[in-house]
Formats: sequence, structure tokens, C-alpha cells
Amino acid sequence: MIEDAPLPEVDALTAPFWEATLRGELVMQRCAVETCRRWRFPPRPMCPWCQSMQSGWEQVSGRAAVWSFIVAHPPLLPAFSAMAPYPVVVVTLDEDPNLRMVGNLLARHDGPINEVDPATITIGERVRVVFRRAASDLALPSWVRDP
Amino acid sequence: MPNLLKDTTAIAGIGQTAFAKSLPMTELEMACVAIKAALADAGVAPAEVDGLASYTLEPFVEVEVGRNLGLGDVTFFSQVGYGGGAGCGVVGHAAMAVASGQANVAVAWRSRKRGAATSRPWAQVGERLTGAGQWSRPWGLLRPVDEIAMLARRYMHEYGATRDHLANVALASRAHANRNPAALMYDKPMTREQYHASRWVSEPLCLFDNCLETDGAVACVVVSAERAADLRQPPALIHAFGQGLNQQHQTMTNYHRDDPLLGPAWACSKALWRYADFQPADVKVAQIYDAFSPLIPLSLEGYGFCKRGEGGDFTNDGRLEWPDGALPVNTSGAGMSEAYVHGFNLIAEGVRQMRGTSTSQVDGADTCLVTSGEGVPTSALLLRRP
Repeated sequence: MIEDAPLPEVDALTAPFWEATLRGELVMQRCAVETCRRWRFPPRPMCPWCQSMQSGWEQVSGRAAVWSFIVAHPPLLPAFSAMAPYPVVVVTLDEDPNLRMVGNLLARHDGPINEVDPATITIGERVRVVFRRAASDLALPSWVRDP
Repeated sequence: MPNLLKDTTAIAGIGQTAFAKSLPMTELEMACVAIKAALADAGVAPAEVDGLASYTLEPFVEVEVGRNLGLGDVTFFSQVGYGGGAGCGVVGHAAMAVASGQANVAVAWRSRKRGAATSRPWAQVGERLTGAGQWSRPWGLLRPVDEIAMLARRYMHEYGATRDHLANVALASRAHANRNPAALMYDKPMTREQYHASRWVSEPLCLFDNCLETDGAVACVVVSAERAADLRQPPALIHAFGQGLNQQHQTMTNYHRDDPLLGPAWACSKALWRYADFQPADVKVAQIYDAFSPLIPLSLEGYGFCKRGEGGDFTNDGRLEWPDGALPVNTSGAGMSEAYVHGFNLIAEGVRQMRGTSTSQVDGADTCLVTSGEGVPTSALLLRRP
């Protein structure tokens, strides 16, 4: 847990996503129309491919690949300054190349965000989801190596 | 439909405050100073102004500008959103108002106090996050530089662009600023070694890949081309204008569409060149929005100066540098070395190039591209001499 880190508001649209994180599940919003069934992230009310407002949340495998990454150095928010330099990644989920998420690459489940040596990170490397508890109502999907 | 805008309006006046880390004026005061200077430059009385266009980020409304400057009855007012993407947009809105007859004299401006570290929006922690930031900031992707660095790393990976390409951008801007007494970096030369030795901010971007943070304001006056011909300054005709918000775009953290490196410049470019009488190869000078250095290669590609993936190589061989480069870019020093006024100083520099009064005047420059922020819904202008 990072003291005073900015956290997302859990609202009617995003509640299923964050509730799943408390169960250790990664779920994604998916169009409910049988002829469409496209995934979408970040969540939104309408499917941009078929304009339906009927959607559900389905568990995904939690397998992904690193799409890009940065290494953050100060000046940063006080909550993150003590961790710097730390890497942040964007990963692409196996289910759909357009499902990309920002996250942290951890050396171990519940490890700190600055434990992986950034010099060892490569674009394309395989990762799998873990969950880092950040508040009573949510855990942040994070990633560990899955070679 | 015929295009109402092509060469029918012109920027007839430009004005600005000093640029500094800290100015003893409020944003309203700076806006008034810049607008007054732009009207004086054009030779137009404040009472004649009947159109206003500004950024949604302006902290006060058109009413205050009118009350202070003694403007006449204003019959057109418009704002454009998305921060640095708005600059050419507000000028374009002013031009459309004049071209369509909704206003005769329109003023567009940006006034921004951002020199103080405490003024940076990313540093303000409030309640829980809503909007796009809720999917990035909790993991420590906090600042605009982090958001663009993520795209830059991917761009370098896909196309082989290097930090030396980014250095080419920073060094060209700095060399131009060293010729511009109004620039914050006027008396601070920079070498490639200094670039590479500077501290990281968000790898792969270092300190000198970032724009400055500045207090300052810039304004311009738009009138019909006919009227401009009778005013004090040589007019900079507005040849074309575009805005761009591309499909499945997410502002700054544009990681979720099929091809995240296709930024809003690509959509804007279509609108910009659609009615133009000339091509990118005919453009001899460009002012390209530079909050971060990777936006220059990305924009060069988006606006058609080279093919996809060639933006890095395009910066080689001094191509961006005055006086001998094939396309001198950011000839005032722009956001990285003159001042960061959300790109509005790039518009003023485009006008100076068309007047022949830039401190890095490009010989024979009869057209100029000016762009606004890439990575956010954006806008661009093609200026030309009459």
C-alpha cells in the first residue's frame, strides 16, 4: 500500500471491475450482443462497434505482454517520491490486442513497485496479473513475470 | 461546399508579455497586456473587437477581458478544450467567425501562469480520481511527461528512433532561442553532451526533452484579408485550418486504440490539407508543438512531412535547424527554449516568419505550418504570405 497515492473512484460503471479485484479476478467489460461480443477498456456505457448499451463483465486469463514502459524519476507526488526511480508498464492482454492496461511490474506478489530492475524489462516479455490491495474497496491489478 | 476559410482571413496583429519563470501579474492582467499589444500592433481600436476565442483552461471568462480592455459589443465568443491542443483551434474559430460574418475583428489569446512548481495540475491531489486518470495515476503514471514517455518508448521500439533524434529536436530549438532575445534560454547555449548528461525525468525522456514552465501571455488579432491589407502590418493569411480528434482517442494516455501511435495529428492533417493549394514539401518553415521532444517526429509523420516511422531520421543532418535545414522547426525556440504558453507563442512566431521579422528568418519562407498539442485533440494552421 502506498500512503496517500491517488486512487480511482468506484462508481456504478466501474464497480464490477473493482469488486472482482477483491476476489483476485481480472474482469473486462464485453459487449453482450451475440453478433458483436467485442471487449472494451476502459469501461464505458456504449459499445463503439455496435452502439449497444448491453454489456457484461467476464473474467480474462490475466496473461499479458509488456507493450511499453517508463521509469519515473522526481519530481513526483510525495506518495511516489520515496519509491523513485520506479517503472510503470502498459501491458496488452492475451484476449484482445486492444485491451491494454497501465500497471506496475512487481518482483513478487505484493512486492514494492520499485523492486524490478528497469534495465531488465523488455517490450514483449510475458507477465501475469496479481493484485495489490490499495484500499478497503479495491486492489490494483499489477503484474509479475511469467516466462 | 466551397471552403470559406481559404485566404479570406488574416492574422493582422500579435502581442505578448515578457516571458519569465515568474511575472508579477495575474493571468487576467497578462491577457489584457498581450491583447492590448496585439491590437496596437494591428492598429485596431479595442472598441472594434466583436469576436473572442480562448482556451477552456483560461481561469476567467470573456466578460472580464471585455470589461478591462473596453471592447465593443461582442457578437461571437468561443472556447476550445484540451489544453495545448487548443491553440490553432482558437485562432481557427476566430477566423471562421470572421469568414462567416459573425464578427469583424476577433481576438484569440492564451495567458498562463505555470512557472511556480505548486501550480502544476498533476501535483494537486484531491478526492478519488474520475476520468481517464483513474486508469493510470494509481500506478504512478502521474505526469504528462510520463504519459508521453510511454508512447515514446513504444515509438522508439517500433521504428528504431533514438535519443539522438530527440536531441536533434532539443538542440535545434535551443539554437534558435539563442538568437531570440525574448526567449528564456536566449543566453543559455546547449551541447549534445549536455543533453545526454542531463537527468532523467521519465525514461526514455530526460530534462531537455521537456518544455519550460513559464508565466506569459500571447494574443493575436484576426480580420478579413481585405481589411488586413489596409492595416499596419504585413498580413499572415490563414490559408487552411484543421482540428483533429481521432477515432477511439483517449487524451494523453492514448494506449487503448488499435494503433496508439496514430495520434490526433493524423486526423487534423486530413482537414488541414484538404483545401490547401500546396503540399508539405512546399512548406519551408514549421512551428510544431513541443511540450515534449517526441511530439516533433510524431507530428512530422502525422502532417505528411515524411512516412510513418521516418520522423526520427527526418531530424538528422541539421534538417530542423536555421538557416540551412530543409525545414527549420520552432524558429523562436518554442516551448522547449522560448516559453511554454501552451503553444500560442508558436502562432506568433509563424506570423513573424510570414512578415519576415523572425530572429531566425527563413529565406523565401512564404508558407508556414503551425501545430498545436499532439497527444490530445488538436488543431493546426497553414499561414501564407499574400
